Amino acid sequence: MWLSRVRDDGRGSFITGHGLPDLGPMSRIHRTPRPLPWPGFVTAWRAAFGLSLLLVAAGLAVTLASSSEAYIVLATTTSTRDSGLLDYLLPEFSRDSGIGVRYVAVGTGQALDVARRGDADIVMVHAPAIELDFMAQGHGLCRSRVMRNEFIVVGPASDPAGIRGLTNATAAFARILSSRALFVSRADNSGTHIMERTIWGWVNYTPDPDVDSWYREAGSGMAATLEVSSQLGGYTLSDNGTFLVRRSSLDLEVDVQNDPPLQNLYSVIPVNPALHPNVKSSWALGFARWLVSPRGQGLIGNYTAGGEQPFHPEAQDGCGHVG
Amino acid sequence: MSVDAEVLQIVGLSLLVAGTSTLIGFVVGAPLGALIALKEFPGRNFVRTLAFTFYGFPPVLAGLLVFLLLSRDGPLGALGWLFTPIGMVIAQTFLVIPIVMGLTISAVMAVERRLHETARTLGADDRQWRATALHEARLGVVTAVMVGFGRAVSEVGAVLIVGGNIRGHTRVLTTAIVLETSQAHYLEATVLGVILFGIAFAVFAVLQRLQGRGVL
Amino acid sequence: MIPPLSLHGVRKSFGGKEVLRGIDAGISAGEIFAIVGPSGVGKTTTLRLLDLLDAPDSGEIRFHGASVSVGSPAALDQRRRMAMIMQNPSTFRATVFENVAYGLWLRGVDPREIRVRVFQALAFVGLLEAAGQRADRLSGGEQQRIAFARAAVLRPEVLFLDEFTANLDPGNVRLLEQAVLRHRREAGSTIVIVTHNLFQARRLADRVGVLLEGRLAEVGPARDIFEASQTPEVRAFLSGEMAY
Repeated sequence: MWLSRVRDDGRGSFITGHGLPDLGPMSRIHRTPRPLPWPGFVTAWRAAFGLSLLLVAAGLAVTLASSSEAYIVLATTTSTRDSGLLDYLLPEFSRDSGIGVRYVAVGTGQALDVARRGDADIVMVHAPAIELDFMAQGHGLCRSRVMRNEFIVVGPASDPAGIRGLTNATAAFARILSSRALFVSRADNSGTHIMERTIWGWVNYTPDPDVDSWYREAGSGMAATLEVSSQLGGYTLSDNGTFLVRRSSLDLEVDVQNDPPLQNLYSVIPVNPALHPNVKSSWALGFARWLVSPRGQGLIGNYTAGGEQPFHPEAQDGCGHVG
Repeated sequence: MSVDAEVLQIVGLSLLVAGTSTLIGFVVGAPLGALIALKEFPGRNFVRTLAFTFYGFPPVLAGLLVFLLLSRDGPLGALGWLFTPIGMVIAQTFLVIPIVMGLTISAVMAVERRLHETARTLGADDRQWRATALHEARLGVVTAVMVGFGRAVSEVGAVLIVGGNIRGHTRVLTTAIVLETSQAHYLEATVLGVILFGIAFAVFAVLQRLQGRGVL
Repeated sequence: MIPPLSLHGVRKSFGGKEVLRGIDAGISAGEIFAIVGPSGVGKTTTLRLLDLLDAPDSGEIRFHGASVSVGSPAALDQRRRMAMIMQNPSTFRATVFENVAYGLWLRGVDPREIRVRVFQALAFVGLLEAAGQRADRLSGGEQQRIAFARAAVLRPEVLFLDEFTANLDPGNVRLLEQAVLRHRREAGSTIVIVTHNLFQARRLADRVGVLLEGRLAEVGPARDIFEASQTPEVRAFLSGEMAY
């Protein structure tokens, strides 16, 4: 080896005996005249680049592959999800038809808007007035009524306002108001909240949380609002599906049910391919028809939560005539 | 799907989406940050300020903008990437890039001027010096990447709006926690939260190890 | 014979103050040329101009008779045939090996050859065993040896030394001065050294340029300047400075 031993040359320096043998001019092997230094670092960056390319390519491949799978996108409300109905019903449809259903659960308004933008193939909500607007605007191919559930008033076991057993929500709310009993509102502009505001309208009073200390705004989904009511010992308006599912963990009782104006009708609307050519309209129609078929209706009727049946099958097929 | 398999799937998707966004954020943000820190060009101060401002860009806003972009009604609607993991990666990448870039700019600007002189005397041109400065500032850059990942894996607004929280397809840890909480399943939500925290903790523990080992 | 380095009417100002007021000098191939003068007179400035790090306000710096403008690609090519060692070693946050290899990486040299040359240079300064250690954790003297190896390994035609032993203890000063002398002997580089230490200038230099008040008061062989200067200002400077 040309490397010599390090030695002390007697004058306190540590320079080696050998000098710099001339290795000749330096070779230049790189293609570029000015390559980047720190080869380890550059390699790491290149590896990261390669890996991201790989991941993005893989992601694209997966997306491409899954887009060729048979599925439809359903835009619906949180109550259909929170009641547990969708997780029970949709796998049955997939088993029967071989078509998957991917649902996006948002508020009623947004669900219809998602459909209006063509980002969903079919929509299921429970807001007849807005649904008719949707149809009038031409976004829906057809509309079928599917099922009915109801809004109920629930409250603490002690029932301070004395409303248990009433079948009239207006009267119940009036009593809550007069006795200034604690009431918890969803206060999130959901369908349930809109219903609650409607009933207060029938009582001719608009609760103001700044003035009415008995009125609390939870600003939350149904289950969280029920939880708050349970903890505080207050009344609230709920859809029966979500209540039944959560019932066992709550300290609440049903006070008002079977009040006709509180019935909640659910309809399903396949999105119109004329306005949105990308929607999978034959599969969406298939789902709509399945929901109103004896099979679908039977399953809806058999669905129980908390020992009771929250949804009543009430089909009105508006899509049968569609080709 | 059993509960365990579902949780595993959610965790996997969280790591994949956040990881891919962070990777792209590094590949794009680090060299860009070094460039902005070192190269003189008109409007440089403005770009620098912009990068730092976008640090705190609200994830929900990023989600909304990407949603409008990818919606069928939007300019990129034909791709059909809304409610898919790719859309989620796009939204998160927009959040991670400014973080990696901003922190890289700070780290690279902290590299001493004297070192630049030394590099020049040894024959470095601007491009080579940028690579050198990045290497000198690598602790800061790695930290930037970790912070970016932390942001990506724990944000909820963008992935919720763009992904749609679809079970089995676009549900990640954060959106699952939101769902479980909205349904008052507080125990499940907490468990998912602990897993999320564990991931963030593991990432920073790795950073500590690397620092200790003297690699950085 | 065109000198490898020459200055022609070089002027430079900083912040309105004129530092160099017309410098003319030629540096011969293979010689050790020392620039001495009081603190702040512009010695480092002159070195930086020679290494094409800064541009003169007027006048020319010529390398083998050719003048290039600072910042042009030609300037970079020229600078790559030179190297500088400064007062502070400014080692990179990396191993000793990587520090010394830096300049070779910049030039795209074959990695296998880099290994050989780097170890060679490390042996030359007695840091072979430390090759894998982090450079920024070593002592000041060791880091300056790294800086030397880092520059020497490039076999530059011109080597600039800017107060390169100013911060070191006598043992390391001696070691590095030996290294400079041996490097010149074996590699034949031209060496320009700036120092405030006149004893060092005397030990190392073949020729000396005395910079006083922005001008080269005298240029000549080291012995002539130190022992028999013809210029009164230079004699006054030398006697004042060589008191310790």
